[in-house]
Amino acid sequence: MAEIRNYTLNFGPQHPAAHGVLRLILELNGEVVENADPHIGLLHRGTEKLVESKPYNQSIGYMDRLDYVSMMCNEHAYVMAIEKMLGIEVPKRAKYIRVMFDEITRLLNHLMWLGTHGIDVGAMSIFLYCFKEREKLIDCYEAVSGSRMHATYYRPGGVYRDLPDEMPKYLESKFRSKEELAKLNENRNGSLLDFIYDFTEQFPANLKQYNGLLTDNRIWKQRLVNIGVVSAKRAKQLGFTGPMLRGSGVEWDLRKHQPYSVYDELDFDIPVGLTGDCYDRYLVRMEEMQQSNNIIKQCVNWLKNNPGPVMSDNHKVSPPSKTNMTGDMESLIHHFKLFTEGYSLDEGEVYSAVEHPKGEFGIYLVSDGANKPYRVKIRAPGFAHLSAMNEMVKGHMLSDVVTVIGTQDIVFGEIDR
Amino acid sequence: MSELKSKLIKEFGENNIIDAYDELTIIVKAEDIIKSCLQLKDDFDFDTLIDLCSVDYLDYGKSDWNANASQSGFSRARENQINTKYDGKRFAVVYHLLSVVKNNRVRVKTYLSEDNPIIESVTNIWPVADWYEREVFDLMGILFENHTDLRRILTDYGFTGHPLRKDFPLIGEVEMLYDDTLGRIIYQPVSIEPNVNVPRVIRNKDG
Repeated sequence: MAEIRNYTLNFGPQHPAAHGVLRLILELNGEVVENADPHIGLLHRGTEKLVESKPYNQSIGYMDRLDYVSMMCNEHAYVMAIEKMLGIEVPKRAKYIRVMFDEITRLLNHLMWLGTHGIDVGAMSIFLYCFKEREKLIDCYEAVSGSRMHATYYRPGGVYRDLPDEMPKYLESKFRSKEELAKLNENRNGSLLDFIYDFTEQFPANLKQYNGLLTDNRIWKQRLVNIGVVSAKRAKQLGFTGPMLRGSGVEWDLRKHQPYSVYDELDFDIPVGLTGDCYDRYLVRMEEMQQSNNIIKQCVNWLKNNPGPVMSDNHKVSPPSKTNMTGDMESLIHHFKLFTEGYSLDEGEVYSAVEHPKGEFGIYLVSDGANKPYRVKIRAPGFAHLSAMNEMVKGHMLSDVVTVIGTQDIVFGEIDR
Repeated sequence: MSELKSKLIKEFGENNIIDAYDELTIIVKAEDIIKSCLQLKDDFDFDTLIDLCSVDYLDYGKSDWNANASQSGFSRARENQINTKYDGKRFAVVYHLLSVVKNNRVRVKTYLSEDNPIIESVTNIWPVADWYEREVFDLMGILFENHTDLRRILTDYGFTGHPLRKDFPLIGEVEMLYDDTLGRIIYQPVSIEPNVNVPRVIRNKDG
């Protein structure tokens, strides 16, 4: 009988470790991967085409649905591109709110990544711990925008509304005793900012717990150390950004090197890896969570002491207040025009990028002077990372493919667009 | 920024540099793309290709209404026009470069005519261009010479047409459904009607 060793394996698109709808065609020699060919596009929704058919403000919601675990960061890049073209000034309080929610989003993303990466590699319990904390942050999303995931909270000129004075509480029900209810609502008696502050106070202890579960765990290290090594030079050639680039030892963070919003006023560090393997990228992201936590704390302190407007008063872009609209003709016209026709940008093109939890998320916006974008290109970090999949898994075992998918932090909403 | 600009002007000529919104754009002829990219990579340290995309200029500046706006009062017309050095060709391929070492960004833009949308691939300069060029080929139908694996990437297996072209309808051309009698998935022409909720308006100040 002839011995046949090389064979082709179809991995996904329904495999739970494929993080969505990745279809990998793997060429295997025994258990060693010879070649990996990712087939993407199974979640392609034509966002770039749809955006061309709508006024600017109506597309903010599409941005949430790109990378659906870091919603507000996507919005930030999009509204920043519009603001750059309009040349409008955003109130400082709005900038701080945006930065605070960007960092909350980074925590949301990294907690999701840590949980699923853990499950992929075989650590079950970490997932439950991560999702417990995620729940609190999603409650912040809900308190501020009314939606738990797809917030549509950032608008050109600021944010949709100011932070609520009251954090929503759990309600009484026959399934909860009075004591249980009081315990659940313990940190919800103040404002949203109090709730977030309370979170930042507790989070370092949680982070320590995650580190205790994984960082020195023998099995975790066996699965991650020296897997998917990418050198600093190669990482740049492959278009890596964010933690993928920093894991390879390149100190590069848009928040520091090309600061946008109010990042230049905040104090934080950039963690950098040494070897560029999956374990270093894990360590980088863990430290990033700590840094994000510090940034959130600084923002909360600033926001508590500095009340003010959160939306630009340029009513060609932002809606006028309801009270003005009933008595003021001009406001009524602005409101009508804004919600029917929208606003037009000047002719030209801009590129605006933010440090998204996964890397550099950019929006390239071309306008021909109309009330709708002429062309929007979404630069998704995951797209460049996934294109390096073949190179990263070549020569590794089949089980390491899952580790590499996890370390790349793949989310298909942004890759397929 | 200004230092980079003066250096770029020296290399590429003043007429080919646009400085708008604090971003630099270099206009390059399609046949010079490899030469210019190598120059940018080697002499200017642009070590990362952040993005590669394409624009279809077929409907550029066309609106559903011809609207003129008043000169004063509450005009919603565009304020000023920025010269994009658009030379009438249908397609543009746009490269966004980043220098991690020098902390610079630049945009390289090249125009391609409709009858000959072919350009040299830059995969040998920046390997990341591989998938980006596949995407541009898939969605815009621009061909890349010397690309080793120019397959479709985002659209369905067996898809025809290039969706991001302006003459491709928003509703698509075919729809997919399960046919009970045949007992399999079939494709048929779309049955929905195109619907524009908000017309595309360009308000010109001078009429």
